[in-house]
Amino acid sequence: MSESSISALKSKRRLPFRIHIEPRLSAPPAWYPAAVSLGAIVAALFLGGVLIAYAGGDPIRSYLHIAKASFGNIGVISDTIVKATPILLTSLACSVAFRMKLWNIGAEGQFIMGAFGASAVVLTPMLAPETSRWLFIPAMMLAGMAAGAVWGWIPGVLKARFNVNEIISTLMLNYIAVAWVNFWIFAVWTEGGFQMSPKFSQNTWLPRLLDYAKAIPVFRGLTTHLGLLIGILAAVILWLVIYRSRWGYEIRLIGDNPRAAQYAGINITRNTILVMMLSGALAGLGGMSEVSGVVHRLQTSPIAAGYGFTGIIVAWLAKLHPIVIIVVSILFGALILAGREIQPSGVPKMIQGIILVCLIASDFLMRYRVQIIRTDAEG
Amino acid sequence: MNTLERKTTNSSGTEKATLFVEMRGIVKSFPGVLANDQVDFELRGGEIHALLGENGAGKSTLMNILAGLYRQDSGIIKVKGNPVYFSSPRDAIRAGIGMVHQHFMLVPSQTVTENVLLGLDDPRFLLRLPDFDSKVADLGERFGLKVDPRAKIWQLSVGEQQRVEIIKMLYRGTDVLIMDEPTAVLAPQEIEGLFMTLRAMIAGGKSVIFISHKLQEVTAIADRVTVLRRGKVMAAGLTTAGVTRQELACQMVGREVIFQLDKKPGKPGEIVLDVNDLHAENDKGLPALRGVSLNVRSGEIVGLAGVAGNGQRELSQVISGLRKCTQGHVLLNGDLVSNCNTLFGIQHGMAYVPEDRTHVGTAPNLSVTDNVIMKKYRQAPISKHGLLDMTSATKFANELKQAYDIIVPNVATPVRLLSGGNLQRVILAREISGQPAFMVAVQPTRGLDVGAIEGVHRLLLTQREAGAAVLLISEELEELLSLSDRVYVIYEGKIMGEIKVEVEEPDQSLIETVGLMMTGTPLDQIPKEGAAAHV
Amino acid sequence: MDFIVILHAGVASGTVLLFATLGEIFAERSGVLNLGVEGMMLIGAMSAYSVTIATGNLWLGVLTAILLAGLLSQVHAFITITLQADQVVSGLALTFLGVGISLVLGEGLSKAGTVSLMPSFSIPLLSQIPLLGPIFFKEQSVLVYVGYMLTPLAWFFINRTRPGMHLRAVGEYPAAADALGINVYRLRYLYVFMGGMLAGLGGATISLAISPGWFSEMTTGGQGWIAVGLVIFAQWNPLRAAVGSYAFGALRRLILDIQGPTMLLGLRNPFYYNPYWGFFLQMIPYAFTIIVLIIGSREAMRKRLGAPAALGTPYIRGERGL
Repeated sequence: MSESSISALKSKRRLPFRIHIEPRLSAPPAWYPAAVSLGAIVAALFLGGVLIAYAGGDPIRSYLHIAKASFGNIGVISDTIVKATPILLTSLACSVAFRMKLWNIGAEGQFIMGAFGASAVVLTPMLAPETSRWLFIPAMMLAGMAAGAVWGWIPGVLKARFNVNEIISTLMLNYIAVAWVNFWIFAVWTEGGFQMSPKFSQNTWLPRLLDYAKAIPVFRGLTTHLGLLIGILAAVILWLVIYRSRWGYEIRLIGDNPRAAQYAGINITRNTILVMMLSGALAGLGGMSEVSGVVHRLQTSPIAAGYGFTGIIVAWLAKLHPIVIIVVSILFGALILAGREIQPSGVPKMIQGIILVCLIASDFLMRYRVQIIRTDAEG
Repeated sequence: MNTLERKTTNSSGTEKATLFVEMRGIVKSFPGVLANDQVDFELRGGEIHALLGENGAGKSTLMNILAGLYRQDSGIIKVKGNPVYFSSPRDAIRAGIGMVHQHFMLVPSQTVTENVLLGLDDPRFLLRLPDFDSKVADLGERFGLKVDPRAKIWQLSVGEQQRVEIIKMLYRGTDVLIMDEPTAVLAPQEIEGLFMTLRAMIAGGKSVIFISHKLQEVTAIADRVTVLRRGKVMAAGLTTAGVTRQELACQMVGREVIFQLDKKPGKPGEIVLDVNDLHAENDKGLPALRGVSLNVRSGEIVGLAGVAGNGQRELSQVISGLRKCTQGHVLLNGDLVSNCNTLFGIQHGMAYVPEDRTHVGTAPNLSVTDNVIMKKYRQAPISKHGLLDMTSATKFANELKQAYDIIVPNVATPVRLLSGGNLQRVILAREISGQPAFMVAVQPTRGLDVGAIEGVHRLLLTQREAGAAVLLISEELEELLSLSDRVYVIYEGKIMGEIKVEVEEPDQSLIETVGLMMTGTPLDQIPKEGAAAHV
Repeated sequence: MDFIVILHAGVASGTVLLFATLGEIFAERSGVLNLGVEGMMLIGAMSAYSVTIATGNLWLGVLTAILLAGLLSQVHAFITITLQADQVVSGLALTFLGVGISLVLGEGLSKAGTVSLMPSFSIPLLSQIPLLGPIFFKEQSVLVYVGYMLTPLAWFFINRTRPGMHLRAVGEYPAAADALGINVYRLRYLYVFMGGMLAGLGGATISLAISPGWFSEMTTGGQGWIAVGLVIFAQWNPLRAAVGSYAFGALRRLILDIQGPTMLLGLRNPFYYNPYWGFFLQMIPYAFTIIVLIIGSREAMRKRLGAPAALGTPYIRGERGL
């Protein structure tokens, strides 16, 4: 029997091409991952556009609006950065947990608890109201990180001791955190019966660019605050820890092969708890930065705004690399900022979902090579 | 062993010239390797036909194609003269061809009967297992395969599980049974039982294809043999009666096979590893080690023989610190290492080459560098004050790459892209470079080609000469007997006995003795015969 | 606080969790972890409500919910089964996607009008059984009765039929099933689809029977996640899933009712006098889910049973080759 009749037996339809898939034997070229991720985003934007159109919106106008509303002038760039700052910190939080294959979906709750912790310093009050800002801010940072760390410690222990699925436990803690903060806002710290705490005094605010507008006129009206620097510093420190420290090596090893790590004498239980605490602390720091740098009071809706969930996507998109996370956070800051005014209002969330789906699907191309072969060339 | 040497005759003396299965011009390639290169293969009705070759010769691939699991790139298959094309195992089974895999395809949590019935159209919808239990039991009786149909697979021994696999195929009325390395998991005495089953099947009108890399078995059980090497047929359908082991080995390997290794006389010193009355449980909570005691001295290789699943894995895990023991202890140079963190053992000169390269031994997505520093990363020069010095780490990795001949574009390559042989070299490099006082190696040559195997053997012998104590746990009796100075045999978690290996080439009575121990007879109950010396 | 009323409401709202949990049990038994349940439930709730308002036909709404949620599940199936991507991340992405799409397409739905509910009725003889009758068989929505029937059917299917045996094999040891000609990929697609459909049915139950209306994300309020936790508690057994779901439903009703009376167990009811303590009550279902998880995980560890062995790992046929 000849070869062509084998093909005849195999393919019952006659297409002009054949898709040949085989696993990769060697690592793809260095530019490949970035190109694939970029391609995934383009595909996602396209799909998102289709859905927007179906829901009655105008996709091109929506996207152009996003671009202009986030990068059009220095004022909006500053606003973009302000929106990006909390995302930066939650992404860092997610990235360090994900490295150890700990799926911390609770960055949202840890962020909220961080905001709570920082606010507690001001509202209880823990420091005298006239205390210098340079004492208040570090105290709030510590409180925020501590609160976030506790909120990360809980699921960490549950996972390490009882093997409780951390996805569900961290998620449940998100809801619990919201209820907790709501209680304090409504019942204890309420301002005249409104759903927010009293406004914080100026000496608890993170310094903003516009504070220096007298000296540098360009800074007038720019609300970018110190949180950005804190975030960038955190990213750099995290990079050092993950790639250049012993602990980082252990984290990477556990994430890649826990049994090999166990053999190397690394304590997985202890690291599970520590990493979850670190992750929680980073997210908590984000909460503090948002409360002290932007909102200046404890109020649920601007705090529980989904930064924790966006952090998941950014971390994944940046392939968990702390420095890349800085860049990607800004992009997503733009998306969220401009997305505020887009109708329908669920669009940013939907686009985030589509991007993540396309990203995950594109991972396939990293492990397999797809070739399209024309069958007439095969004879 | 007598039974292995006995030649078998066909059940009836008649000439069976009808070709049952014909494979012509089979070509199959995978990324990076041409597994089958224009292979022809014929099976006559009523014969046992062996497919002989080393690891990686292409035997399993060829048979996977015949069994419908893979599809050939080109070439034809004919069953009883009719051309066939199998798009799935179901087609092959329908054509009468079934395969018993080396790694059993059984669902552990389900019963024997459920596994036998899996994938069949009958019963249609409702499962009435008791009806089928008796059918399965009867079928087993007929071919000498006794098994309890209601037992769950995880409760069965390896030999019993193999019987289930055979029953699965017989139940489906297959005429041709392909057995893929069936004796890999059996003790010598169980092998005889298998051979009886195969002969019963021939008598019952079936034909058997027997894949193996073991010469003795092939010459013992098969009527004809086809030899594959590197994807090509070296000799087709030779009658085993008319050919010697040496000739077959030549065809298999392609050069004069030297059955002897360059092993210098041993100079064992002090006891380095002392295992005393060790008790431990396996993952299911059942006892795996029931009072194991053994020792290894410096400068010697001690082998541990035994059929897979008798506690070897658990023993290596307790020694290396990956598993806790419930009773007894392990001493390394006098220090207690059992029930301590693995780190303790590492710091005291323990090296461990695990059975499972990919799942335990290495971190697949991390680089070669990251993998080789796994034991040293806590010390200078690799790390100082908690920070890693990547320059010295990379230097270290490059040194090892040279010394151990690891073939890789650069040491930053993720380890999952390495071949099996290279992966093993990475692991050995990591373990040996620490100048260990003691090394436990579990199945170190499994799945490697002949060149790599020789390399590993050489490394083990070098370690021995350098004064290390080596515990070699292996299922390959030949490997054990040629490398070891002493051999323990483990059965169901207990040591059956200890044998000194003094002769260069393992002789028959030694193998017999070991074989008896592997199936449960303690050494002191074996009548002494001939040259078998024991401690 | 009438306990009959609480249990009656518990069975009703527990049906939502029951459908989602049963669906997830099917998916996970085949070896695929589907964390997108929340998104699929929300799409179900939204589409059921919206189609019913548009067409006036309740059953059409339910059907749409089932199909749309099932369709969404196939995205997850494609990514995890064919493209072999990580099941956890894919499930999360599907949650974002499902929630996002629901919000986009459900824009304005809360003002679109009201809808009549799915019919409720009692079963004549059974509703007179003391204690059990008024709880289970009196004035319950038709969907609740569907739940009663689905549970034993699901159990029977999985444990006593041939296709159920294949399902279990695919989730425990897909290689064995594959070697015997069972199409592992096709079955996994099928059961993920079933999981999606049931999640959609759960969502429809919310918006057309239990808490009618559209409240954006709060329509489901995390019940999809609770369902995933319940699967572990149920040890992948439909009967236990029913017990857990109804218990949870009762808990939610209890939390509401406990804030009503001025006296509680003979003491001043703190929840009545300090309404803000209600926030702590809100935490209870979520805290309870964590407790349920702890129980379930410890049981799995103890009995060395637990999840289908192949859960979470993509099936790759042979060592090489697709």
